[in-house]
Amino acid sequence: MADLEAPQSKTRDLDKLLLRAGNLVGPDFYPGAELRDDIRDYVRILVVGAGGLGCELLKDLALSGFRNLDVIDMDRIEVTNLNRQFLFRQILLLEDVGKPKAEVAAKRVMERVSGVEIVPHFSRIEDKELDFYNDFNIIALGLDSIEARRYINGVACGFLVEYDEDDTPRRETIKPMVDGGTEGFKGHARVIVPGVTPCFECTIWLFPPQVKFPLCTLAETPRNAAHCIEYAHLIKWHEVHGGKSFDPDEPEHMKWVYDEAIKRAELFGIPGVTYSLTQGVVKNIIPAIASTNAIISAACALETLKIVSGCSKTLANYLTYNGGEGLHTKVTEFVRDQDCLVCGPGILIELDTSITLQKFIDMLEEHPKLLLSKASVKHGKDSLYMQAPPVLEEMHRPNLSKPLYDLMGRVQKDTVHVFGTGLKNEEKHSSLTKLRVVFKGADGVTDMDTAIGA
Amino acid sequence: MIGLFKVKEKQKEEAKNNNARGASAKKQSAGELRLHKDITELNLPKSCSISFPNGKNDLMNFEVTIKPDDGYYLGGKFVFTFQVSPVYPHEAPKVKCKTKVYHPNIDLEGNVCLNILREDWKPVLNINTVIYGLFHLFTEPNHEDPLNHDAAAVLRDNPKQFEANVKRAMYGGFVGQTSFPRCI
Repeated sequence: MADLEAPQSKTRDLDKLLLRAGNLVGPDFYPGAELRDDIRDYVRILVVGAGGLGCELLKDLALSGFRNLDVIDMDRIEVTNLNRQFLFRQILLLEDVGKPKAEVAAKRVMERVSGVEIVPHFSRIEDKELDFYNDFNIIALGLDSIEARRYINGVACGFLVEYDEDDTPRRETIKPMVDGGTEGFKGHARVIVPGVTPCFECTIWLFPPQVKFPLCTLAETPRNAAHCIEYAHLIKWHEVHGGKSFDPDEPEHMKWVYDEAIKRAELFGIPGVTYSLTQGVVKNIIPAIASTNAIISAACALETLKIVSGCSKTLANYLTYNGGEGLHTKVTEFVRDQDCLVCGPGILIELDTSITLQKFIDMLEEHPKLLLSKASVKHGKDSLYMQAPPVLEEMHRPNLSKPLYDLMGRVQKDTVHVFGTGLKNEEKHSSLTKLRVVFKGADGVTDMDTAIGA
Repeated sequence: MIGLFKVKEKQKEEAKNNNARGASAKKQSAGELRLHKDITELNLPKSCSISFPNGKNDLMNFEVTIKPDDGYYLGGKFVFTFQVSPVYPHEAPKVKCKTKVYHPNIDLEGNVCLNILREDWKPVLNINTVIYGLFHLFTEPNHEDPLNHDAAAVLRDNPKQFEANVKRAMYGGFVGQTSFPRCI
């Protein structure tokens, strides 16, 4: 029986989750001190973003027993961040505004939680090598754009390079992600296990199209303050400033847009144009609230702990939160898109290193699972062959006689995308398919643990 | 999962010098894939053509030339620049008119008022539909959603004058205070 007067262990709460068995635990759960110590010693987590969600995530993960964290963010601290990104201060001797978010966040958490090691990265996520991301066990996302999420999702799903006969990815290649997002009083937290749960691309259709005003409304018939602001931002700016591009982070530019918007509003008798609305409309900002960020990143940190330890069943797989009127949360289980171009297994194709691109394209027409005629081929960022339009076909034609192995950079296996006219149930349809190409006899290594697809 | 992570650590230590992984370092985006597909499936009318000033490795930026075969703008040649964003098709391509034109729905800066480029864009649309939309602007200009207020007013009130203005602009003359480069 614990002595009630002895100082309470720092890991007291964590111990309740990790040191004892229970009824809600996950399938691979082995309670004990070794589990808690392994989390501390072995697990590496990457936190992407050191803003509203990132600050909360770093704190939550550090206090949940994780000791090896990295954080990446390309931004510097601004005054408007201070209402919720609590690791940053601008008072007395602490002047954080202007410093890189990742560096200050890492420093502050390390000061408060003894033993944690946080490596900051002041850079864009696109500037890091793929190997950088592969070093982590889980990637926690605190991002603010579709583009960034799509990018990281592509990277994580790109690690699924080996499959077994049932097209199930090998467990070691799976890199789970925990993605959080907030907007005012609303937020979401989701678990993405590439190849198992839907990836970001599988569910990208969930996003509604962005609000865009017709240009003619802006030019002729504005009806509200946002119209006036967008007129100044999109139309008037170019009329007056010619080739100079508008920089939303430049206060002079923003002030100019605000002044023009006021003039326009006066002309049409429209109220409501303020400087802060101007910033909001131009930069697409929705005011952020500390509590939403705290709630969502708590959910994300908890899921990270669950995935790593198995101490409870993980969220399956999409949680939404709405605190606008009262409080509502719901968890929905979305399913994977089997044909997803990013996380799908694709069709396995085994080839000899001598096969030319032309021969490969001909093969696709005969392949029983594809029956793809007039195929165009893309390898990563490289377009290898395009059937149309004529101007592009001509540019690509020299590739046809080259070996596919060479065109793909002489790697033993990689993903390739092909599109053309497919035949399904005797009906022609346009198709875009992912292929896993494996070269036999490359580097003297043969890949024997996957069945031949043909 | 943690058992797996520990195994991975050991594997990494052992495999440090063994470069058996063949995965390429090339980063691709799903948006680019969809764009490539759209481009190979283009079905353009004879009056429209496409060119890639940056070669085959930059398909996100290209130009479309439209030569209307009917209507007020018959005989003219108009060039549009397309800029496709990485989140395509979630976002519409950015289209501007490089040729200075006298048109109710295209302003003198090259901004184009086409609903599917802004408020009516849907990810199910593609480059083909945008090009058809642009083509339609020349065969059926409409004065109801104007970007060029004066041109729209003339089209509405005096179509014969509008026809004359369009011809004069295409041949490189003045309409009111504005001069237009020849494009016919």
